[in-house]
Amino acid sequence: MKIQEIANIINGQVLTSGLDAGREISQAFSSDLMSDVLTRDYEDTVLITGLANLQAIRTAEMSDIGLIIIARGKEVGEEMIRLAESSDIVLIKSAYSLFRISGLLYEAGIKPIF
Amino acid sequence: MLQTYKVTGGDFVNAGKASSSVKGILKQLNVLAGLIKRVVVALYEAEVNVAAHAYSGNILVEIESDQVRIRVTDSGPGIEDIQMAMKEGFSTASKEVREMGFGAGMGLANIKKNSDTFNITSVPGEGTTVEIINKLTD
Repeated sequence: MKIQEIANIINGQVLTSGLDAGREISQAFSSDLMSDVLTRDYEDTVLITGLANLQAIRTAEMSDIGLIIIARGKEVGEEMIRLAESSDIVLIKSAYSLFRISGLLYEAGIKPIF
Repeated sequence: MLQTYKVTGGDFVNAGKASSSVKGILKQLNVLAGLIKRVVVALYEAEVNVAAHAYSGNILVEIESDQVRIRVTDSGPGIEDIQMAMKEGFSTASKEVREMGFGAGMGLANIKKNSDTFNITSVPGEGTTVEIINKLTD
């Protein structure tokens, strides 16, 4: 599934610019605990999280995750957006809850990583 | 190739910069993505540990054609019982660290999991040294 399609489904807004929006996403992992994110391997995966800080971006970078959805309408700072852009990670912000975003994407065919 | 980095205790803005730099270097060297991920996840966990628990730390990264050797040395409270600290779920992290998305007691175990060779030594009241050695070829 393309990034813009994901953004539309969750009524989200793409915050980063200048990145390849054509990347395909097929799996998702939802977590606010970065320690958990760091214990798995990912391919074409979106991280759905309510943790809006720089370490969420760093965790995605180390985990080879190319898309992060920030849930619950959390404020996303300019520094986070810049770090995401320099790490080649697309950021989407959505006002929906983690559960709602996960449910909508699951319904749309995005697979859990386990 | 020899790289050194500094980590400051409590600094969650800059934690991860060393890992990010090492990831860039390994990518330029065309190391396989899966092998890079093991190295940078282990190093990132170690960086976060210094930011979370120590006063300051130094990272030494030696990259050779077939392996990378990383030594993370910190000045800090050290670890009283390493065996206990290695157990998943054991944590002494502060509320602030947990709010950053860490401190669940999984870091050291995850460093070990992502290392080919893992060594840890600690002197309570002085600090901790973690060594990570990974092959860069299959």
